[in-house]
Amino acid sequence: MAMKRLLLGDEAIALAALHAGLSGVYAYPGTPSTEITEFIQLQQARRSEGEPVVHCRWASNEKTAMEAALGMSYMGKRAMVCMKHVGMNVAADAFVNSAMTGANGGLVVVAADDPSMHSSQNEQDSRFYGKFALIPTFEPSSQQEAYDMTRYAFEFSERFQIPVLMRITTRMAHSRAVVELAEQRLQNECSTPQRPRQWILLPANSRIRYNTLLEEQALFEKDAEESQYNRLIDGADKSKAIVACGIAYNYLMENYPKGCPYPVLKLSQYPLPKQLVEQIVAQGVKQIIVMEEGQPVVEEQLRALVPSTIDIAGRLTGLLPRAGELNPDCVRKALGLEALATYDAEPLVAPRPPALCQGCGHRDMYNALNEVAREYPSPRVFADIGCYTLGAMPPFRAIDTCVEMGASITMAKGAAEAGQHPSFAVIGDSTFTHSGITGLLDCVNAKANVVIVISDNLTTGMTGGQDSAGTGRLEAICEGVGVEKEHIRVVVPLPKNMEQIKQILREEIAYEGVSVVIPRRECIQTLKRHAKQQKK
Amino acid sequence: MKKDIILAGVGGQGILSIATIIGEAAIADNLYIKQAEVHGMSQRGGDVQSNLRLASSPIASDLIPKGGADIIISLEPMEALRYLPYLKQDGWIVTNSVPFINIDNYPDTEALYARLNALPQVVMLNVEQLAKEAGAPLQAANMVLLGAAIPMLGIEAEKIKAGVERIFSRKGADVVAKNLAALQAGIDNSIK
Repeated sequence: MAMKRLLLGDEAIALAALHAGLSGVYAYPGTPSTEITEFIQLQQARRSEGEPVVHCRWASNEKTAMEAALGMSYMGKRAMVCMKHVGMNVAADAFVNSAMTGANGGLVVVAADDPSMHSSQNEQDSRFYGKFALIPTFEPSSQQEAYDMTRYAFEFSERFQIPVLMRITTRMAHSRAVVELAEQRLQNECSTPQRPRQWILLPANSRIRYNTLLEEQALFEKDAEESQYNRLIDGADKSKAIVACGIAYNYLMENYPKGCPYPVLKLSQYPLPKQLVEQIVAQGVKQIIVMEEGQPVVEEQLRALVPSTIDIAGRLTGLLPRAGELNPDCVRKALGLEALATYDAEPLVAPRPPALCQGCGHRDMYNALNEVAREYPSPRVFADIGCYTLGAMPPFRAIDTCVEMGASITMAKGAAEAGQHPSFAVIGDSTFTHSGITGLLDCVNAKANVVIVISDNLTTGMTGGQDSAGTGRLEAICEGVGVEKEHIRVVVPLPKNMEQIKQILREEIAYEGVSVVIPRRECIQTLKRHAKQQKK
Repeated sequence: MKKDIILAGVGGQGILSIATIIGEAAIADNLYIKQAEVHGMSQRGGDVQSNLRLASSPIASDLIPKGGADIIISLEPMEALRYLPYLKQDGWIVTNSVPFINIDNYPDTEALYARLNALPQVVMLNVEQLAKEAGAPLQAANMVLLGAAIPMLGIEAEKIKAGVERIFSRKGADVVAKNLAALQAGIDNSIK
């Protein structure tokens, strides 16, 4: 009998990659993708002697992760890259150009999108990146498919010598179901690419390669047409048809437990299989409803593909909400079915937003910063992505901006150059090594008048306490980049040190140049965990 | 058999261990299961919930539709009410009565209790007190709540107990015994 396990979607992908003979996973933590790499790290930590080694140390950011994976693929071994959707922006240069180099060992890039922004700053749809880079994209609809498709994605990648994008969303990543497992495949031996010239992207090589990449799109599309993951399910009522992408299929079927009365195109593999769409059109449907998680990627493509006599409805037309994740309720409404009887929302219930933990060092850092900032007529604090973004909430209300990884330092620089004083940056240690170091170099070169607070809790806190790339070396990094030693100030963020921290901040505000203040105290979540581990 | 359950609480209270045990028992009972969880930012003291779906036939959606939940199991009374639009008209609420107050505008607790008690099917217990009386530590209060929800779950108590034993067996016989005692206190104080 086949082995079965209860797995998160993230874990199903991780286990499938291990079973497919993965040699390395490269990733930076980011909700909802983090558990993929953590699952592999845990498996490796419990690895018995003789079991294959899988490289699984966290990367500094998504771009370095993507590049390392590409190098492993170049050597003929199977590699996976995992990130949240906005990580794709960081990895984009490497990702888009990896379509040009192609893959040697199977290369699967997992992007976990977060529609409804449960833990993110936007809801961009990674399928656009697949289309943009001309990279085939998979979008599983169940945990079982996540497992099966990940294995298939590695085979596909090697068969067509192309990286593959696996796009999931929050409810796939963070929902559990029982998954039936397949056999373990051995890791690949080293080999070199069959088409070595396209790995040197000189214009002369790239022009040739771009044409083969364009030609190969027809092969990718044919595979999508014949794929077991894309299928046309017949329905008796041909007045309309439904295209259901990824997990949207589940919300559709939730509302038709006895089967959907309309023809359904279940879509889980791109490029868009045009022949399957033509088969729907041939049935004489008057309307096609497109249900997709994220942005209207398929809906837009269908408009160019089907005759204008057929009405296309979905997120663009307002049949489904333009923003936010799909759910059984909005899909039910779009299908014209009567809503279930419900209780009204209870007015007594108050919002309970997340907050910085009691005893967290970021709290003491903000208390000091707020008190000092108040001594100046118009202070500005440019913050960054991490737990300390919660400094925007009461009682702190300490920050003015939060945009993307690393933006604090460079925005503080730009603001200072526009005349802002004092111009503060607040960034965490992990975000600093992810994308802050190059910005700091810009500050040093321009002798920007900024005070950069690197709030160091010795971990990547928000995603659950993963190792931080620069732990123990932050001062050395800042000094190496060129910050003057006497303007790198380390403090311990505790209430008893408040006066000292405030005084140091004042001194560094007075200094006309680049100052780095490092409040350093371990994250209390990881501190508790470490204390527990020691007791064992 | 089909049971849609919303587990509710505040980040860090331990709703996921309730979900894990019900999930274990459901799998041992050959049921299909889907369980959507909340990870990431909201775990920092914000409201958290998990959608747990059990059925004897395959389950489509990871999320429970509004008006579809058979039970709301909540470790916090206000959090129980947050998901009221998801509860079936004849659904059950099984909740801890002890408020977790980490916000300034927490509602008046008497009004909260009055609202809960006005609903047709509610079991409200001070699970922290019951855990203490059963000789179990505060961390086992969630097992009292789980015990109180057993009559509505459609899974035999013995199977849930076996789930508790399996989950806690790594931590030793004493931890298993205390959690089972807490579970029993919940069973004893729920509907018969």
